Amino acid sequence: MSNDTRNQSPYPRAEVSPPSGSIFPYQHLLGLYGMDPTAIKHILDLADTYADQNRSRHKKTDVCSGLTQINLFFENSTRTLMSFEIAGKRLGMDTISMSTGTSSIKKGETLLDTAATLNAMHPDVLVMRHADSGAVKLLSEKMDCPVINAGDGRSEHPTQALLDALTIRKRKGQIHGQIIAISGDVAHSRVARSNIYLLNAMGARVRLVAPPTLLPKDVDQLGVEVFTNMEDGLKDADVVMMLRLQQERMQGAFLPSLREYYHFWGLTRDKLASARDDVLVMHPGPMNRGVEIASDVADDLDRSAIEEQVEMGVAVRMACLDILTRPLREEAHS
Amino acid sequence: MTRTAYTNARLIDPSTSMDVRGTLIESNGKIVAVGADVMPAPDDTIVECGDRILCPGFIDMRAHSVDHHAALAGGITTVILQPDQHTLLDNDAAVERIRQRSSETGSVHVLPMGTATKAMAGEEIAEIGRMQLSGAVAFTDCRKPVSNALVLRRLFEYAGYFNALIVQFAQDKDLAAGGFAHEGEIATRLGLNGIPAIAEAIQIERDARIAELTGARLHIALLSSKVGVDAVRAAKAKGVRITASTAPHYLQLNDNAVEGYRTFAKFSPPLRSEEDRLALIEGLADGTIDCLVSDHDPQSQDVKRLPYAQAAAGMVGFETLLALTLAPVHAGNIDLMTALRALTSAPADILGLSSGTLKVGAPADLTVLDHEKPWRIKTDAFLSAAKNSPFDTLPVQGKVWKTIVSGILKYDATHSVKD
Repeated sequence: MSNDTRNQSPYPRAEVSPPSGSIFPYQHLLGLYGMDPTAIKHILDLADTYADQNRSRHKKTDVCSGLTQINLFFENSTRTLMSFEIAGKRLGMDTISMSTGTSSIKKGETLLDTAATLNAMHPDVLVMRHADSGAVKLLSEKMDCPVINAGDGRSEHPTQALLDALTIRKRKGQIHGQIIAISGDVAHSRVARSNIYLLNAMGARVRLVAPPTLLPKDVDQLGVEVFTNMEDGLKDADVVMMLRLQQERMQGAFLPSLREYYHFWGLTRDKLASARDDVLVMHPGPMNRGVEIASDVADDLDRSAIEEQVEMGVAVRMACLDILTRPLREEAHS
Repeated sequence: MTRTAYTNARLIDPSTSMDVRGTLIESNGKIVAVGADVMPAPDDTIVECGDRILCPGFIDMRAHSVDHHAALAGGITTVILQPDQHTLLDNDAAVERIRQRSSETGSVHVLPMGTATKAMAGEEIAEIGRMQLSGAVAFTDCRKPVSNALVLRRLFEYAGYFNALIVQFAQDKDLAAGGFAHEGEIATRLGLNGIPAIAEAIQIERDARIAELTGARLHIALLSSKVGVDAVRAAKAKGVRITASTAPHYLQLNDNAVEGYRTFAKFSPPLRSEEDRLALIEGLADGTIDCLVSDHDPQSQDVKRLPYAQAAAGMVGFETLLALTLAPVHAGNIDLMTALRALTSAPADILGLSSGTLKVGAPADLTVLDHEKPWRIKTDAFLSAAKNSPFDTLPVQGKVWKTIVSGILKYDATHSVKD
């Protein structure tokens, strides 16, 4: 006889919990495609309060104390990993982080075996990043605890899109109706995909601006306007989101050279002139100055929200960790 | 001499377009009489077919593994084995070994294809003549089409001397590099590397031109796209000696099946759009596509339950070949004769086999089937060693009742515990 009530849950592996009238009916946060706008707003509202708390003297709460958070990163990351770790700690969780160098995936263990091993340690929330699209979903099928996708291949990076949305909402008042241009390496970007789904769900007008080789096939069917010319794509934009250009893309002959890319698709003051005067400039980081963005644009305090994005990252991740562990905590209290 | 009479059968022979109710009599592994007026002799063993269809045993022109029991349960009496075996079939000894093992087992006939180039490297012509003498029925580099046009030209010219059939997998390797899903909205949304449909058409169009120049016989394996079907149709219209096949899962599914990163629907070539699926059915109906193959490729859970990019492609196809082939028949898109021809006389003609027909004197390789019987696919009940199929729980129609190889009953659904 086991006393572990979690294993007796009738829906231990379901992505969506049974209909309960819950405002956030999802067990995991794997992606934003198809997510209910109410649920998105719920995360953003809570994140807003955490954002205020993070600016105050009393940053730390104990809402999640006693819970264990595992951050499993199969791909190198500094800022996302740190952001999740800080978020967990501010909620009072015990956080453990693992990245590829120290994990046994290098010893030939399959992802599902890794999942089984981690599951046996009874974590309360798992944050995972992987280089393959769909890998986090696959792992979530074997986990009893909530799983947060911290980026899988070129599929989704939901917390990045949520922190972008929170930043826009704070600076612009609302997301609905804003013209938002996402520019750069769309083809290989999970950030772009998550942002497209979220911003469309929240009623923004989404544009993509990229050289033809960095636009995936039929991307217009995702409900976006597609531009290849920077000035046209940025015209009257309220927000410009730049994407990082991965240096390794150069090997695939997607682009002839960095300097040519900068000339035509790098975000400079001149190109930004076609956008609205109060345009907000965003970048998920880390930036390649002089490749996708000019330094004077990135450092323009009136327009650039790049540092604020990092700040909102912690708040959004606290909100996600809080919301996803809530059913567990409520169960413990009842 | 013992004779077996299969009475009260619906005799369908696509090689002669015969479709009559009657009796077929087998003796010594050969068909000795067939037709509406044939009467069994008093000493004959009678197999009462109860109005079921009796047709030539299926010839599966593309399988990566032999899997005897699964093949027999699928009504298959001849398996054409791909050369990508544990020991590559790129020389006469390796081919000979397969043939020998097949005749010793006395089960399904296994006819191997040899490689088209040495070690499937696409650089030097393989020993086509010696492999043919040892029993190789065609030559292919499996999923690595010969991409160097000069090598292909010489291969075609050389193969012409032996009247050997070259089978090409139609996918331009550069356009397909790094891809594993149909390039389109779904792959874009899921963040999967796409392969454009034109990768297929370009390979076919180029190969057809070289075949035209050299007069060689070319077979395109596993068509997946509308542009691919169009390319084969155009080449046939020009008189190129070209034939083509696809697998019934391409007639059944489109790339929606990949949604949710379902690796069991990961195939090579990938499942394509609904437009492509419909074009394949049309291609089969109008004769552009000659045969249907299972592309039977057992894979363990270990290599399937992986992130999509890393997971192996392929499915077990023997036991669902008939039911999936009949799906467009029951939907009214293809007639029964055309569907059965694609599994019997069409591959026999392409490969020059004496089976695939109910003519007197032909080998008594027979399949008796219940073409309307409804059942539900259960992968757990598969006789195949592996269970990788995206069709688990799918309701289908059409089931094999008996499979007879060289006159001997090898599979009987009524005795099968797993039925």
